[in-house]
Amino acid sequence: MSTKSGLFSDGGKIWMKLWEHISQCFCKIHPHYALYIGSRKVRKNWWRKLLVAWIVFWILISFGILWCMSSQAVEKRKEALASMCDERARMLQDQFNVSMNHIQAMSVLIATFHHGKNPSAIDQITFASYTERTAFDRPLTSGVAYAARVLHSEREQFEIQQGWTIKRMDSVEQTPVHEDEYDPADLEPSPVQDEYAPVIFAQDTVAHIISIDVLSGKEDCENVLRARESGKGVLTAPFRLLKTNRLGVILTFAVYKRDLPPYATSSERIEATVGYLGGIFDVESLVEKLLQQLASKQVILVNVYDTTNLSDPISMYGSNILNDGMRHVSDLNFGDPFRKHEMHCRFKLKPPWPWVAITTSSAILVIALLMGQIFHATMNRIAKVEDDYHEMMELKKLAEAADVAKSQFLATVSHEIRTPMNGVLGMLHMLMDTDLDETQEDYIRTAQESGKALVSLINEVLDQAKIESGRFELETVCFDLKAILDDVLSLFSGKSQEKGVELAVYVSDKVPAKLVGDPGRFRQIITNLMGNSIKFTEKGHVYVTVHLVEEAVNLMDVEMESPSNSTLSGLPVADRRQSCAGFKAFSQEESAPMFSSSSTDQVNLIVSVEDTGQGIPLEAQSRVFTPFMQVGPSITRTHGGTGIGLSISRFLVQLMKGEIGFVSLPQIGSTFTFTAVFTHGCCNVNDQKSQKINNQLNSISLEFREMRALLVDPRPVRAKVSVYHIERLGIHVEVVRDLDKGFFSVNTENSIPNIVFIEREVWDKDLALSTLFLNKLRSLDCKVTPKLFLLSSTISSTRAISTGSSVSTPSVILKPLRASLLIASLQRSMGIGNRGNHRNGELRTLSLRNLLRGRKILVVDDNLVNLKVAAGALKKYGADVVLAERGKEAISLLTPPHHFDACFMDIQMPEMDGFEATKRIRDMESSFNNRIHNGELSVEAYRNISTWHVPILAMTADVIQATSEECLKCGMDGYVSKPFEAEQLYREVSRFSHTVLYEIP
Amino acid sequence: MEIVGQLQKQYVDFINSLFREGYLDDQYVQLQKLQDDSNPEFVVEVVSIFFEDSEKLLNDLASSLQQQVVDFKKVDGYVHQFKGSSSSVGAQRVKNACVAFRNFCDEKNLDGCSRFLNLVKQEFYLVKNKLETLLRLEQQILQAGGTVPLIE
Repeated sequence: MSTKSGLFSDGGKIWMKLWEHISQCFCKIHPHYALYIGSRKVRKNWWRKLLVAWIVFWILISFGILWCMSSQAVEKRKEALASMCDERARMLQDQFNVSMNHIQAMSVLIATFHHGKNPSAIDQITFASYTERTAFDRPLTSGVAYAARVLHSEREQFEIQQGWTIKRMDSVEQTPVHEDEYDPADLEPSPVQDEYAPVIFAQDTVAHIISIDVLSGKEDCENVLRARESGKGVLTAPFRLLKTNRLGVILTFAVYKRDLPPYATSSERIEATVGYLGGIFDVESLVEKLLQQLASKQVILVNVYDTTNLSDPISMYGSNILNDGMRHVSDLNFGDPFRKHEMHCRFKLKPPWPWVAITTSSAILVIALLMGQIFHATMNRIAKVEDDYHEMMELKKLAEAADVAKSQFLATVSHEIRTPMNGVLGMLHMLMDTDLDETQEDYIRTAQESGKALVSLINEVLDQAKIESGRFELETVCFDLKAILDDVLSLFSGKSQEKGVELAVYVSDKVPAKLVGDPGRFRQIITNLMGNSIKFTEKGHVYVTVHLVEEAVNLMDVEMESPSNSTLSGLPVADRRQSCAGFKAFSQEESAPMFSSSSTDQVNLIVSVEDTGQGIPLEAQSRVFTPFMQVGPSITRTHGGTGIGLSISRFLVQLMKGEIGFVSLPQIGSTFTFTAVFTHGCCNVNDQKSQKINNQLNSISLEFREMRALLVDPRPVRAKVSVYHIERLGIHVEVVRDLDKGFFSVNTENSIPNIVFIEREVWDKDLALSTLFLNKLRSLDCKVTPKLFLLSSTISSTRAISTGSSVSTPSVILKPLRASLLIASLQRSMGIGNRGNHRNGELRTLSLRNLLRGRKILVVDDNLVNLKVAAGALKKYGADVVLAERGKEAISLLTPPHHFDACFMDIQMPEMDGFEATKRIRDMESSFNNRIHNGELSVEAYRNISTWHVPILAMTADVIQATSEECLKCGMDGYVSKPFEAEQLYREVSRFSHTVLYEIP
Repeated sequence: MEIVGQLQKQYVDFINSLFREGYLDDQYVQLQKLQDDSNPEFVVEVVSIFFEDSEKLLNDLASSLQQQVVDFKKVDGYVHQFKGSSSSVGAQRVKNACVAFRNFCDEKNLDGCSRFLNLVKQEFYLVKNKLETLLRLEQQILQAGGTVPLIE
């Protein structure tokens, strides 16, 4: 048991160690997994070793268990054998003792009745019958005999008395005797001895030994001598019995003639001895008889040995089968200390196979092997998965590299295309400046437009590539939303005017003026949506509104109630509410009012672009935001474009934390709506651009502040847009639906407007009424006659109104309305100087070219160099330049009627300076005008010009305020510094150019 | 082509040195920009007018200052003219000299005027020399079949 537990505890220790090791390894592996990836092979080998160790370990364990269990079984068997053997030995001993006691009792009987009585009460017959009848009491004795002690001196007498001679037994022992042949009479008489011990009484079973001297037998003699010395029962070594020839032992008791004290000496005992009583034990048969009484006699084999002589034990019972199997030895004590006996027991059958142990251990082994198999499979699986993972990583890297390469390629190619395209465009631009006939110019314009389209396409593709590679980032700068919308408006103004589509922008006054975000990208979205709208709209309007999300929710409810035809152009439009029905911002708004409170710094804008175009076919609506998807190939052919604009827009909107949606009804129009999140502008000082615009607008607003305007517009939505733009200048606007109400408004005392805006549509509807209104305005009794403007969205000429004496058309402001345009128009007509500083060189140069192309301009300067340079500059912008060196020359050239559109005049000139010359020219003009007005001259004869006023611009090197004031005083229209600056030139020329186009009434 | 390249390099170096040393200013670049295919000789024309005009003005100035009674207003007028034309061409140093000259005219300081006449004259001939060299270089480049590099 101890070995077993020891083995287990050892095994436990090993197991614990192993487990620790494994867990340590796992701990190591886990956090440093990445490090181990490199040494996969090493780990694989390690696992293999572990697996082998595992299998070996479990094989050992199972063998251990097998060994333990079988040894346990052997132990149990041994115990069983020992107990059985001991039991048999004890029984044998007990029965022997019983027999021995009986024989001892018999010795007492003989002493009492044979020696104690005279004459003896016992004779052979009595003895034989007694012993025969008490044989049951001595189960182990086969016979009892009594031999008397006869000294030699008494032999004669004894022989006579008994009637036989004492015989010796030596020969008997030497010659094997057979029972039948055995006859004591044949035995030789005993030789002369000191004393004899002839058998006088014997049980019938051993009657043949009567008269035989037991002292003549070697065994018996020893026995007898020892018995009378010790006074106890004494046993012989086993020997072949006379006659029966079976193995037996003889138990001898001495019979004393008197009672001896228990501590009597041996000589006393010898002296007192009178005879010897012997019992014959037939050990073999007796043991057999005994064993037969016990159960399971078949199971074990029993051997009994006399081991008095240790080196040569004498077998008393049992077959001498050599069996090296397990055996048990039990000591037997037959009451004779001189003799030692042992009982050897062994199992008859060989021990059975320890099946339980074998099954248990093999089951454990099988389980362990299965676990090993699972482990192995797992490791293989892990290794495979790892390999796959690495393969995937490689592939992923390759794919990523390919993606990067693609983006890189796109970016590089785009850039590489853009660079030469800029060259091409620049060259085309320069080519435009050269002397070209109309066909050539047309070719070049086409080429230039194609080039621009290509560049914008490349930009879009570049954007798309950036989006795909996730490298798109938004700026956060302070910007002016309205200024951006104005910019976009002016970008599309030409196209919308050409098409006669009304373009309008409305920004709610709740939207803060300054926002922080990415103006460029916001502008890109707006430009894209508006560009699409204008592209697909042939009549009606394109209307952009900007509101706060919070505000828009309420607004839409209001819109729902208003009649459906109350749109900007009166044409039906798609329902804006549907375009943003799914927006999260709204659901948030409805569910919780926390929207406004939680994000005080955030500005949630909702922008919608509404058009009355052809709409998107229903089947194409699902893929509107998919890159490179267009409604159909025919669209691409007719309208061009790549079809990624909307996809980019959607991405940009998402970047601005907004959503984009649309609704489109074929043949009615589309409405795109998006939301975007900005933050309140904390206007950055560095932000030059917006600052400047702001200042400019502010300074201008001051000029118009406190002014009142009257707007005649029957359509409320359009009126709202106009009011928004006019009010941006600080002008207070009153809106009336038609001219009749306008009359009423004008008639009211002390609320006479400074400016009257009339929708072109109203003006053209009833020209008679319009004329009446115009006359009414002129006849008003006030210091300054209200200025009249028509708001129109097309270039087509306004129908002139003949008012009898003079034909006059009011100034027309071409829509789309925007602050800068309004300011310019108002300033032009009201003569408020613009001292703001424009900084937009490129644009100006272009516009300057448009303004000056084909204009006939007189340049007056006494300095030849200056003259030449000024002329060169003006020629550069396409003007037709005439040079004059003297003031007088200028006067003669500018005497009406003439063909000059403008005059640039040096102030400091010898003989006659610029001021003087201008004064004279103005005098001439006024007298000429008077003559026309008085009817002395017909207008038709002089280029239909009723009022002659050639714009004269001073050229001066000293830009001092005093000079400019003096310029204006003497009738000049402005001044430019020398040498020419494109900026300034543009500003001044644009002022006078308009007066040339539209004469002030 | 090699010659053209050399000439172009020489031209660029030279004109850059003129800008650096203040002989010319941005106005000269503006002048160059005004020259295009429709007006190929613009700069040469303007510059030669400037030379003629200036020499005439310098003569007038010299004779005016040698008068018994010097008419400073007249002198001022000439200087103003000279200033205007020089600034139109971009001859910065001449222009600056003229500005200072006019101050002496205002003060009616004959000595200063005389001194500055010399200075202006000196500056003018310097810039004339430089411009002639420049224009000659341009001509050489054009003759060699190259284009005149644009100076930004």
